[in-house]
Amino acid sequence: MRPQSPSIPEKEFTYEALKQSLRLDGRGPLEIRTPTITFGPELGWVECTLGKTRVVAYVDAKMVKPPPERPFEGTITIHSEISPMASVDYELGRPSEEEVTMIRMLDKVLRRSDAIDKESLCILAGQRVWHLRLTVHCLADAGNMLDCACLAGIVAFKHFRRSEVEVIGDDVVVHAPEERAPVPLAIHHTPFCVTFAFFPDPTTRPVVDPSLLEQRLSAGAMSIALNAQREICVLHKAGGVPTAPDEILRLLNVTVGIAKDLDKLVEARLREDWAERKVEVR
Amino acid sequence: MASIVVPGEHVPAQHVNLKLGPGLLQLSAHRAQPPNSHLIISTRAGQLDHSANKSRWWVECNSRRYVPAPQESVIGIVLGRSGDGWRVDIGSAHPALLDGLAFESATKRSKPNLKVGALVYARVSLAHKDMEPELECFDAQTHKAEGFGELSGGFVMQCSLRMSRLLLDPKHFLLPFLGSRFPLEVAVGMNGRTWISAKGVKQTIAVVRCIEAVDPDGAGMEEGDVKKLFNRLEI
Repeated sequence: MRPQSPSIPEKEFTYEALKQSLRLDGRGPLEIRTPTITFGPELGWVECTLGKTRVVAYVDAKMVKPPPERPFEGTITIHSEISPMASVDYELGRPSEEEVTMIRMLDKVLRRSDAIDKESLCILAGQRVWHLRLTVHCLADAGNMLDCACLAGIVAFKHFRRSEVEVIGDDVVVHAPEERAPVPLAIHHTPFCVTFAFFPDPTTRPVVDPSLLEQRLSAGAMSIALNAQREICVLHKAGGVPTAPDEILRLLNVTVGIAKDLDKLVEARLREDWAERKVEVR
Repeated sequence: MASIVVPGEHVPAQHVNLKLGPGLLQLSAHRAQPPNSHLIISTRAGQLDHSANKSRWWVECNSRRYVPAPQESVIGIVLGRSGDGWRVDIGSAHPALLDGLAFESATKRSKPNLKVGALVYARVSLAHKDMEPELECFDAQTHKAEGFGELSGGFVMQCSLRMSRLLLDPKHFLLPFLGSRFPLEVAVGMNGRTWISAKGVKQTIAVVRCIEAVDPDGAGMEEGDVKKLFNRLEI
């Protein structure tokens, strides 16, 4: 089913409120909903929520033979499916244009930004490499699922630990987690995705982290992925809203601030979770 | 004394004039054991409740997806014309039909003109599991509007079905409390949509945020906390 457009009163009210820089959930125009991150019992299982938007991501690893053209690199694949569970607008098997954009953005932000060192996933050149598989489940859509999915994905990679392996001659020995502590992935940097929504009225300023209603009423969106070190990974502008270069620079500065806050939050949550997992052996 | 039931559970509802509410189903007599006894089962998980004289029984639960039931007032969005009437989205699995003549003082010559995307407050006149639901904007006996019709201006918000029932409860604190602070107009649909019209944008946002705070599906705040939240909001 095509997502239905909001009713006339909803549209008029939201535009009127946004003109006065007021949002329905009481946020400022450049304020994101505070994400909550919950870890599962397994390493690499993360549930992330932004308001009522909710995404689960998990990572698993297995050993495969590398493709002959890249014998020294491990592989990463991202599987995501937006099921009708997230919202009645989505249908199984027939991805809408919006969903395709989201899946491609996830790929760009998490895989092609080279956040994860692929060469460190090599075990035995040309013979054995790690294959990481990230699965993203969108459980509820209350707007801005892309940012939520990106955050869940990158946190899942940071939380994941693979089993320690040892190469003796041509033999690969995999050590069970009880035998040797699993090792974290080599991660170069942590990209965070931040989405802005633009509105048809040129005097209305863009808003960050749009809700579902704002997203449907927007004329265009811009997603920026960058890390806390101010390095831009992806800048994706959809929709044909003309935007001045100064405005984009201003939004980039806003994004840098948000990415720094997110980085602090993620690191704090990972430390908390890791502290809970410590088992003392006497 | 409330008990929790799961779908398929046998419910001990017995009365000469038994009325079953949402979440309960009477099985046909030949499947009942012993034959010709009334076998009532639950179709939803929730809290089993009944009226004081045990003649009315229902299951109290919360959900987000609306299943139409006759005589319930709902808020719908006009999707388009179909024949003499309109197709209206009321949040159910299928769009509902609203006949062009189901309005107060509507005749073949003068029918109300609803645009696509307009909001209507209507009553479900027909809800059958094998047919599309039908709506009407008047009382079938008196042919008076009685508050039904197009809703213009204001804002419509989505909340859980339990919340919309709470808002319709005259003993619930929220709407009288908000009404004592500033004038407002509210239409509550049983399909979880609530239309709000207040004087300013800030007042409408305050109402939306208070309803969202009380919603058992969201924050589920108590009366004291909501009043604290309300005092912090700008109006």
